[in-house]
Amino acid sequence: MRVRYGKATAAFAIVSALSLAGCSSGESTSAAQDTTSCKPSSGPVELSFTTWVPGMDKVVDLWNKDHPDIKVKVQTGPNGNSGTYQNFFNQLQAGNAPDLGQIEYDALPNFRVQDGLANIAGCEGVAEAKDKFVDWTWGQVTFNEDKAVYAIPQDSGPMAMFYRADLFKEAGIKVPTTWDEYAAAAEQIKARGSYITNFPRSDVNWFAGNVWQAGGQWFSNTDDKWEVNLTGKESAKVANYWQKLLEKGEVSTLPSFSDEWNASFNKGQQWTWVSAVWGASTLASGAPDTAGKWAVAPMPQWEAGGKAAGNWGGSSTAVLKGSKHPYEAAKFALWLNTDPEALALANKLGGLYPAAKSAKDLGAFSGGVDYFGGQKIYDVFAEASSNVNPNFTWGPTMTKTYTDVSDGFGKAAGGSGTLLDALKSGQQKTVDALKAQSIPVKE
Amino acid sequence: MSRGAAMLIMGVFTLYFLTPIWWLLVSSSKTGGDITGTAPLWFTADSIPTFFANLGNLFTYSDGVFGRWLANSALYAGLGALVGTVIAAMCGYALAKYEFRGREAIFNVVLSGVLVPATALALPLFLIFSQVKLTNTLWAVFLPSLVSPFGVYLARIYAAASVPTELLEAARLDGSSEARTFFTVSTRLMAPALVTIFLFQFVAIWNNFFLPLIMLRDQTLFPVTLGLYAWNSQISQIPELRVLVIVGALVSILPLIATFLGLQRFWSSGLGAGSVK
Repeated sequence: MRVRYGKATAAFAIVSALSLAGCSSGESTSAAQDTTSCKPSSGPVELSFTTWVPGMDKVVDLWNKDHPDIKVKVQTGPNGNSGTYQNFFNQLQAGNAPDLGQIEYDALPNFRVQDGLANIAGCEGVAEAKDKFVDWTWGQVTFNEDKAVYAIPQDSGPMAMFYRADLFKEAGIKVPTTWDEYAAAAEQIKARGSYITNFPRSDVNWFAGNVWQAGGQWFSNTDDKWEVNLTGKESAKVANYWQKLLEKGEVSTLPSFSDEWNASFNKGQQWTWVSAVWGASTLASGAPDTAGKWAVAPMPQWEAGGKAAGNWGGSSTAVLKGSKHPYEAAKFALWLNTDPEALALANKLGGLYPAAKSAKDLGAFSGGVDYFGGQKIYDVFAEASSNVNPNFTWGPTMTKTYTDVSDGFGKAAGGSGTLLDALKSGQQKTVDALKAQSIPVKE
Repeated sequence: MSRGAAMLIMGVFTLYFLTPIWWLLVSSSKTGGDITGTAPLWFTADSIPTFFANLGNLFTYSDGVFGRWLANSALYAGLGALVGTVIAAMCGYALAKYEFRGREAIFNVVLSGVLVPATALALPLFLIFSQVKLTNTLWAVFLPSLVSPFGVYLARIYAAASVPTELLEAARLDGSSEARTFFTVSTRLMAPALVTIFLFQFVAIWNNFFLPLIMLRDQTLFPVTLGLYAWNSQISQIPELRVLVIVGALVSILPLIATFLGLQRFWSSGLGAGSVK
């Protein structure tokens, strides 16, 4: 199901767009008000927390055991874009939103613009927590505003390259470290009847991760206005690069995460997958026959010797507007995303790769992984995580933008139109969508 | 058209409609890896033990929440359809057998309810239920399920055709109250229509997805459709769920098939009854 944030919320988008303008002007008067209001509640408190991470109820049990006065009740649902975000907006409108909600980084600006998030910067321990989290994730939850924190980073998806170490070795092809080498390898692999990778035509956020790595920026929010730039020179560079691989037939275009897609990995048809840290478990379960043959290397670079990495996915724990207990909610959110025991369990049950810097010290991420021939793959991802550009900003209408661009990507993968055309049309439609919601746009 | 051609067309369509169910059955007997690695429409060597292992995992995963979802669906659909049928029958019967002012107006309003898609009502219902603090409760899904404008329509048409007014007058003369006449005499005459209404309601509630999606947060209240959807949306994080979603989908259609087969006798006779009167 595709969820559209359309008319239902457009009415109060006007009001909230203005309030966003007020906040980002640097005076942060509303932040100051919120700061004074973040006091502990008297008496026992019950918080509601909506998340779709499997096993999160077990993690919360740990908290409830030690905090009888701040009981947290877990509610669950389908993942954000499959309905839970729309539910949050409905609940915000009805005035009964949960105290805490899981929100992915690319959806946070939408909630910010719709005024759905409580500013918890003034709550005890929140501002000081900045250094506990990977730099770029902190930027995602503050929108680089002064005295503002709208959520606590939960997990992240730093990108690296999974590759078939055995196949590269057998064929005598060098494991690519730059995108030029990657293209050269693609040609050699194609000559052997396989693909270097699959182009995920509907995962626009994967493509955005690549643009992120290249130093591109799709959205920026300056002078109280949103600037949309899907077709900047970095985006064009990435689009034209994959366009060439598509035209030469050196990448497949299977629907990602489908059975055929898994099968082509399982049969050794795919030699690499540039993906996020959570892709490790996707591979392990989708391509069990190739166990032990994979390895992980940093993403190929645009310039030899570079270290830039992109990010694909990741979410935060936000305190939603209207919560009567922001102090306790913030306290819980901090615990959830920094406590070693909680992080280890969330990884074990829910597959989360924490946004906390301390993750690399956890047992789950310090050892070798059998599926990857015993390689300590999380070291690669921890390194990648520190090399993600911290200033990347998502726009307030990402679901719509993803849909629009993926329509065009689908056509390009089918041979009509190009990836760049898709971005151009996505650019126009995104600007229109922002205007339709009365969100100020700079053109 | 010759008989052979007709059979051919029917055969092709039967195959077309049954293939997905066949796939579902076959895939339910495979491990996650085998689903991608083996022939999609045929069993593997150890299908039978795998199928039972999958079934076991389905009912034990996450503290056996799937069993809870099945029970919820049975409650929403079974009780909801039952009560909904009684209400629709009473309403349709009243509209058919009693003359009162505004009768046609009421009937037309109810009938126009058939035209409003349930999806369009979900959000307004959510806002209303929020006001009375009924969201995220069993009632949020149960109460709206009781309403069946189509059932009222069918009950009225059928009651008009199958319950003779003379019979009602005779019952009144014998001293039977209106309620007693309805429950002991009229409902028996209307039985085929009631079974049809029950089936329609049962299937509609069992397959209802959007309303629970909007109303429910607590996964112990989920019906099986929403539960499976939630699992399916987590596959990229927990790939093992793929197998559970497939087995779960198979299990979730079994009650529907059972209900249909069990009530088929009444249902198919009900469709034709009265047509040549």
